[in-house]
Amino acid sequence: MNTWFKSGSPWIWLSAGGVSISLISVLGLLWLIASKGLSYFWPSELYQFDMIDEQGNNSVVIGEIYDREQIPVSQLAHLDLKLAKDQEVLERLLVKTGNRELVSLDFRWILSTNITKTTTPKDLAVVERRTNGNFYGFIDSLVLDGQPVDIAKLPELLERVEQFQAEIEDLQKVDIGAINYQLESLRLQSKSLTLKGELTVDKQQEIDTETQALKDEYQTLEQQLMALRDKISRDHLIMRAMDGQLVTINFEHILQVNFNNQLGFFDKFTLFLSQIAAFIIDDPREANTEGGVFPAIFGTVLMVLLMTVIVSPFGVVAAIYLHEYAGKNALTRLLRIAVINLAGVPSIVYGVFGLGFFVYMVGGSLDQLFYPEALPSPTFGTPGVLWSAITLAILTLPVVIVSTEEGLSRIPSAMRHGSLALGATKAETLWRIILPIASPAIMTGIILAIARAAGEVAPLMLVGVVKMAPNLPLDGNFPFLHLDRKFMHLGFHIYDVGFQSPNVEAARPLVYATALLLVTIIVALNMTAVSIRNKLRERYKMLEH
Amino acid sequence: MASVALSSNTRKIKNSLAKWLITLGGISVLFTLVLIFMYLLYVIKPIFESVSIEPEMSIALSADSKVLSTGVDELKEVAFQITESGKIEFFSLLKNNNLPAGDLILSEQLIADDDRLVLVEDAGHDKKLLVTEHGQVFVVSPQFTAQYNNDSRQIIPSISYPIVDSPISVDEQEQSFIQLAFAMNEEKAVFVGFTQDKRLIKTSLISDDEFGEEDGEFETIYQEIDYLAHHIDDIEISPDLTMVFVRNESQVSVFSLDDDDVVEEKAQINADFSNRPDAKLTAMALLSGGSSVLLGDNQGQISQWFEVATEQGRQFQQIRTFDSGDEAIASINTEQFRKSFYTLTATGNMGVFFTTSEAELWQGNIAKQHPTAFAISPRSDAIAVAMYDEQKSVTSLELFKVHNEHPEVTWQALWQEVWYEGYPEPDYIWQSTSGSDDFEAKFSLVPISFGTIKAALYAMLFAVPIALTAAIYTAYFMTPVLRKKVKPTIELMEALPTVILGFLAGLWLAPIMEKYLPAIFLLFIFLPLATILTAFVWHNLSRDLKEKIPETLAPVILIPVLIAAAYLAFTFSPLFETAFFGGDMRQYITNDLGINFDQRNALVVGIAMGFAVIPTIFSMAEDAIFSVPSHLTSGSLALGATQWQTLVKVVLLTASPGIFSAVMMGLGRAVGETMIVLMATGNTPILDWSIFQGMRTLAANIAVEMPESEVGSSHYRILFLAAFVLFVFTFIFNTMAEFVRQRLREKYSSM
Repeated sequence: MNTWFKSGSPWIWLSAGGVSISLISVLGLLWLIASKGLSYFWPSELYQFDMIDEQGNNSVVIGEIYDREQIPVSQLAHLDLKLAKDQEVLERLLVKTGNRELVSLDFRWILSTNITKTTTPKDLAVVERRTNGNFYGFIDSLVLDGQPVDIAKLPELLERVEQFQAEIEDLQKVDIGAINYQLESLRLQSKSLTLKGELTVDKQQEIDTETQALKDEYQTLEQQLMALRDKISRDHLIMRAMDGQLVTINFEHILQVNFNNQLGFFDKFTLFLSQIAAFIIDDPREANTEGGVFPAIFGTVLMVLLMTVIVSPFGVVAAIYLHEYAGKNALTRLLRIAVINLAGVPSIVYGVFGLGFFVYMVGGSLDQLFYPEALPSPTFGTPGVLWSAITLAILTLPVVIVSTEEGLSRIPSAMRHGSLALGATKAETLWRIILPIASPAIMTGIILAIARAAGEVAPLMLVGVVKMAPNLPLDGNFPFLHLDRKFMHLGFHIYDVGFQSPNVEAARPLVYATALLLVTIIVALNMTAVSIRNKLRERYKMLEH
Repeated sequence: MASVALSSNTRKIKNSLAKWLITLGGISVLFTLVLIFMYLLYVIKPIFESVSIEPEMSIALSADSKVLSTGVDELKEVAFQITESGKIEFFSLLKNNNLPAGDLILSEQLIADDDRLVLVEDAGHDKKLLVTEHGQVFVVSPQFTAQYNNDSRQIIPSISYPIVDSPISVDEQEQSFIQLAFAMNEEKAVFVGFTQDKRLIKTSLISDDEFGEEDGEFETIYQEIDYLAHHIDDIEISPDLTMVFVRNESQVSVFSLDDDDVVEEKAQINADFSNRPDAKLTAMALLSGGSSVLLGDNQGQISQWFEVATEQGRQFQQIRTFDSGDEAIASINTEQFRKSFYTLTATGNMGVFFTTSEAELWQGNIAKQHPTAFAISPRSDAIAVAMYDEQKSVTSLELFKVHNEHPEVTWQALWQEVWYEGYPEPDYIWQSTSGSDDFEAKFSLVPISFGTIKAALYAMLFAVPIALTAAIYTAYFMTPVLRKKVKPTIELMEALPTVILGFLAGLWLAPIMEKYLPAIFLLFIFLPLATILTAFVWHNLSRDLKEKIPETLAPVILIPVLIAAAYLAFTFSPLFETAFFGGDMRQYITNDLGINFDQRNALVVGIAMGFAVIPTIFSMAEDAIFSVPSHLTSGSLALGATQWQTLVKVVLLTASPGIFSAVMMGLGRAVGETMIVLMATGNTPILDWSIFQGMRTLAANIAVEMPESEVGSSHYRILFLAAFVLFVFTFIFNTMAEFVRQRLREKYSSM
């Protein structure tokens, strides 16, 4: 035993334990996010619990089982339960009962001892709605324009409404949005002319007629919208809730109706996939706690693309300078320290700098110079997608530099010398020989930078991200790309929905799903970068021989 | 040939152009870092600038008699004066249409022509209380409204009467006053005065609905206060109408106004003159907010007093003193919104002080004698001083520009204990905003800096052992095949967004840890124990089995073992809890040990942020250990040292600078991490090392408060200072780590 200790073997095992813990935590974390995130989309069984409480009252609870936990009986002493003497723990179920118009809370804890019967009735339906969350219950009847009809018509009617909803959305977002945008530009145009003192009667009249034309157009669109609204609110679904109450749900609010207990594995899987697709392409509903995350994905991607455009040239040029041009002097050493520090400065400091320097100083000056007509409401002097992209470009600059430089340093110097010996200038060698060979390394750097930027939240909270952006930064109105707009971001969405939303408990599955999406994107990006780098290393090894 | 020459020329130009562009691009990195540094400094600088007071303009204004009061509007475009004959006159301070400043805009006689003003008092900062020789009392308020026509702004002055435009009957016996003070809110106005026949009286006006309405009906209640004196120097009523301070030479009595029927003496404030027997009080004023009283004496000392909760109830205590020189204080003027005050002496010397930060901001001479009227502009960016020349019947109105943007921020206020109004003792407090209006922001960086260090320290306690042991094993014992898989997997953790770690810590880990608290502590015992046990079992395996499961697979063997151990810890948790902590460890900690327990505490942050830091430390430490030249280890092993001995005595020793720099980098990351602390702690700025309580860090504080802070305010600049502190902190860590690494690389290459 003593010699065993002296050999150091236990210590080696302990250090191996460090590796194991690290591995368990990484893989466990990924597994946790994946399982919690994916289960959000999986259609779960709908249960009906027949209950009897301590006073002997019967009741029925319908819903999905959300969570179970074991609790010591001592915590429930005040409930005066009739239990076996030796029982120490009890099982408690958290059931999502929905039906927000009947009860204020979506969830309910029930004690397993109170349950007399658990069933999964086939005709139990879950209605996903635009407002008020899910409704669980039995379909009582279907009303078409005031006339009761057979339930079999449900899919047909749902499809009809869905079509109209798409039309309404199109009308609201595209057409009416464009008119509002044009009206605002006209207002600014007239103000701008006033400021310059160039507003003549003719011009004013021109603007007035245009405004009037737009307003007329708006009226017609508004009428179309009203007509469509009338159409979608034609039919009703009458549902029977768990306490027998009848609730009328207008088709206007229905997204889909599912009989989860009737679905086989294959049906469930199809539904599962369609739920994932809906999550990715839909807009959020109910203060972000339901629906999809499309604007957040769009905002993240756009901001990251802008950032890439800014950071790539700077990062690559800086790396080339450091590796190909810089001499061994104090300046180079200083530059390297600068790169290390740019990588090490906390991201929130970049946010503070971006807010003060870019938003208030640069943006404020731009407003004074180019957008005086909009003042005092700021155009660029407020957080927006451009400033976010620039701030994150500074933040990710060292990532690109380090990766590119690593690639450059692996190119055998024989290649440079060969090129120079054949009479090429240094610039030509760089452009024709070095950069093409180093391009995968540059690619790696850019991908890593994108991965870093996609997950960064703290600085964005200061320079442009919002919980709910009314418009995407890219739309059909000239100049199409609106760099001054605020945007939504996946990472911030997680923080906001998970910690700032009014109904954290109900929103939690959505947060896990969003987290899963973000992690998938980032892990995929990183894996790609690493595999490119590894391939590159192999290739350089071959070059050397 | 010509074309070749040309092309070689353009090639040359292109080459040098490329060189310059690339050099420029390279240096721009350094430029960016310097820009960030300089910009942060540029924003911070104003809070440490000293106060300057400079004469801005001096104009002569005609006045028919002595000037008793003066004032300027918010934009410093119009000034007014009230003369002894009861006339209010407004003057333009702008040079309009080539006319010099001092153009008379509006003039109005406020009192009867045969009467004379004896007293003009400031009552709130926009109201003036006028008392005439005949005992008539008026409350007037000079108003300034901005008018815009043709893109030019004009300030139009006017006079309004907050209560009524006729004389107010304050004394039932219609005597005139030696001293009179006044304060009002929307429904009630209170006068406390000392009459010519030496009575101290209180008169309340209670409005039917609100003062200033069309039919301003009100009820008047007259009361006499039981107080015997021949003379009274000062009366001040607190703006919330709860207290009145009456000064008779060095004796200050405080009366409570809470009771509408009787005015009772509540306390006496006795200035401590035990070391200075000749001293006596010469001035009194209420600080902005009305809870502190300032007392100035004939030896130039000013003391601040406010009520402090003690064991004997609330008592007035002397909080701090200020020294303005040797001359007697003739008057004390306080600012409207901030806790600054201005003292004046008979010879025209002025002192500017800020109470909370105990700052003596400025001292100097502004006039030849005590001015007849003195006013601070509403934005506190100017003072107006009126001197009356009797021979020429003119007032010289002097306007001084005051540059005093951030008096509340001093090095001392940021880093030392400060005694705030209403607090029982000096303390470190960070509280930047509040719901109420007359709230004083408290900016102590101590609690949030402490929180930063606490969070980083707990994270390091958790991360360093795991990261370093993992690095040692991976670099030194692991087979290359396994290493190739393990290293990128652990490094993948670095890529995980911290917002996800924070969210899991706050919403998943924190509730679990609260519920299975004993399990977390059991883990610290179970995991090492399980490892050692496994090692021992393996050690005693038969040779055949040992060959089948070689020791190099230790990390893989340990994974199921450790998961099982963790599972055991969680299953034992309730039993352990019942056995030692009476069924609920959380309850036990709060009730039996008396330690506060937050669900989102330092333990959660330590673990969550520890995970974020592990890959940073692991990656760099692994690199340092792996690149130790192999001839060193071979030599040691050849001399008969065991693997472990070689590791401890040779490898780790050689790589120690690299390990050190890895830890430094990890610390730098932990200090600046924002999202994890933001989401996994309660963000309360407290000074407590307890592992069961949360904290507020510099970074999280910036993330929370920056979006709401007003640009250019003290709060905004202090948040920039917090960012600057973080910047400098991490700069030092990173530079040090990089420096050490460079040295190590050189050392390795020379071996």
